Amino acid sequence: MITLGTDEITKYPFLAEGGQFLKDKGFSLEQFGLDPDLKNIVDNAYQRIETAANGNIYKSNLQNGSSTESNLSLEVFSFLIAVILLKLSGKNTLIQRFSLAEARRAEKFLEKDLQHSDENNEKLGIKILSELFSMNVEKQDGKFVVLISDYLKHSVHFHEKEWKLVNRHVDNGKVFLTSHEAVRLVRKELASYIRKKINSMSLPPGLDGFDDTVKKLGSIAKKFHVNIVESTEYPPCIKYAIEVLEKGENLPHSGRFLLATFLLGKGQTVEQIEPLFKNAPDYNEKVTLYQLRHLAGDQGSTTKYACPSCEKVKSNNLCFPVPACDKIINPIQFGRKIDA
Amino acid sequence: MHEKDIQFVEESFKKYYFDHFDLIHVPEKPEQREFGFQKFTGGMNRHISIKNDKELHLFLRNKVPSDVYCSNACYSFPNLPMSEKDWKGADLIFDIDAKDLNLDSRKEHSIIKCTSCNKISKLQDSCPHCNSQKLSVITLTCKDCIDATKNEVIKLSAILSNDFSIAEDNIKIYFSGNEGFHIYVLNSVYDKTESKERSELADYLMFRGAISERYGFKKSSFPELDDKGWKGRMSKQIFGSESKRKKIIKEIASNGESSFQVLLEKLKDTIGVKIDPNVTMDIHRIFRLPGSINSKSGLTKLYCENLEKFDPYKMACFIDDEPIEITANTPIKFELKNKKFGPYENEKIELPSFVAVYMICKGIGTLAI
Repeated sequence: MITLGTDEITKYPFLAEGGQFLKDKGFSLEQFGLDPDLKNIVDNAYQRIETAANGNIYKSNLQNGSSTESNLSLEVFSFLIAVILLKLSGKNTLIQRFSLAEARRAEKFLEKDLQHSDENNEKLGIKILSELFSMNVEKQDGKFVVLISDYLKHSVHFHEKEWKLVNRHVDNGKVFLTSHEAVRLVRKELASYIRKKINSMSLPPGLDGFDDTVKKLGSIAKKFHVNIVESTEYPPCIKYAIEVLEKGENLPHSGRFLLATFLLGKGQTVEQIEPLFKNAPDYNEKVTLYQLRHLAGDQGSTTKYACPSCEKVKSNNLCFPVPACDKIINPIQFGRKIDA
Repeated sequence: MHEKDIQFVEESFKKYYFDHFDLIHVPEKPEQREFGFQKFTGGMNRHISIKNDKELHLFLRNKVPSDVYCSNACYSFPNLPMSEKDWKGADLIFDIDAKDLNLDSRKEHSIIKCTSCNKISKLQDSCPHCNSQKLSVITLTCKDCIDATKNEVIKLSAILSNDFSIAEDNIKIYFSGNEGFHIYVLNSVYDKTESKERSELADYLMFRGAISERYGFKKSSFPELDDKGWKGRMSKQIFGSESKRKKIIKEIASNGESSFQVLLEKLKDTIGVKIDPNVTMDIHRIFRLPGSINSKSGLTKLYCENLEKFDPYKMACFIDDEPIEITANTPIKFELKNKKFGPYENEKIELPSFVAVYMICKGIGTLAI
């Protein structure tokens, strides 16, 4: 458990025990809905959510230099009330956007705390990384050093090549990172930590006075409703697999698995897919149908096999990327566009 | 494989499992491993639990499998279906096989067997007897291939200990029983890593995915020869020496970033370790059991105490030399236990059992009786 002072809670309000913090400062949650003097805090909380929903990071009073004890507390209050409002609204899109924006806000402080010459601050940064994300960090020659196994747990979530281990300074079982990189490494997990914390929180009964603000949140959330339009064009790996089969050449097992699971994933039936394999040099209708049914989860175990990731396809030498492949991690996502 | 051949090979394997049980042991934490086996006549049997050496030896003598496997993973319930096993961790494993090295010399010890007319010929694109292109390629013993795979093992071990900090004692090297080596990393921090993370480790070892902006362009600087990790290895490969470094950097800079990126990608063929990434990223694999015989060759998957001196065609060949008459058919020769055999033109000949087993397993011989 990390023990924090108010100035630290302001930077990382999600680490606070919300109810206890309010109690310590002499407030109760109910007051915020009813007391007109506290209305500005509810407004601040609303703004905090709105800023996050628009993809921006909430500007902290801390950054404006007015870090008096009461200002610090107000800042924590606005976070806590924002969480209450989000819970009351039940809007997942807003909770997600808020969590990500708050993570990015905390990231800035975390980076500063790691760089800070004051040993205590640096320790706090390292402690947060180790306690929240089970990532043991040591400082060595100005770099932040983590075990390769810990690094990989986080880096595998990134698709940018710069995060590949081969593009990192690796020595003696460790990866060497700048403070910015060390913090960036946990951004997604930080956001999901905040999201989980919000989702697992239970609201006290009989909270009144937040209805209008919650209604306003509902209308913000509406803006983020998206339609996904999908093109019918196949990705190049699938086109390749079909071509090979059409030519009567041998498609390796991995290619057949890719093609079948892709088409099943797109909603085609076993009977629709089976004829594609007719030209294969070792074609056998019975075996093909059996295998397709197995992949579809209709036969044998009921596991339905998913289309392998782009990474797996690449390692099987079946990937021939085009620009439209840049932002996808699974062939099944090819051609999906968000129609805003 | 003919019935009589199966019977003979099974008898030979059975004798090996009787005479050499000292070579066959269950791995660490046997009660948490999944075992599997194949017979010459049938498919794969998996999800088997074997608790100790005694059980294993009894199992081998009773079943006389063509191939035996054991999981690199540990499970709470190894004999339940995959989804109920409860995965606890897995040894990090690597497979280095001569077939993945694309060596030129490979053509010299490869032959073809036509799947249409069953005739065996020297390596070519189609069957000279019936023109069919449905061929299976058979490769026979080759010292150069083994030496090249050994080099890859040495490259792998060096990176594992220098970059990944794995103690040498925990790196166990085995001859695969056919054309390569299996390497195990035991008791490491990587035991708990999952498939995606292992795939990253494989890419690292193979030097796949390196980008120019990390190796000299944009914000990065060109690596020094004594840099640690890939930077140092890449630098030594490209620059060779300090005196050439400046000149080569100038050339690289004038050729531009995209040609440097191409150069980096080509480097994986020279300095990257040629492992099979699919084996390394598989955390549920059943991998050939050390000490068991590989039915592709009749040779044993054997622990290599001294890789440099290890000669698989001599040291991993445990079938006895009882003579037996077989019909031998290979247009090229091969070497076992320091003796050369072949070529044979579909001829009846008396050969030691270890040669007969090798030839039957390779599909270039059949019992004459």
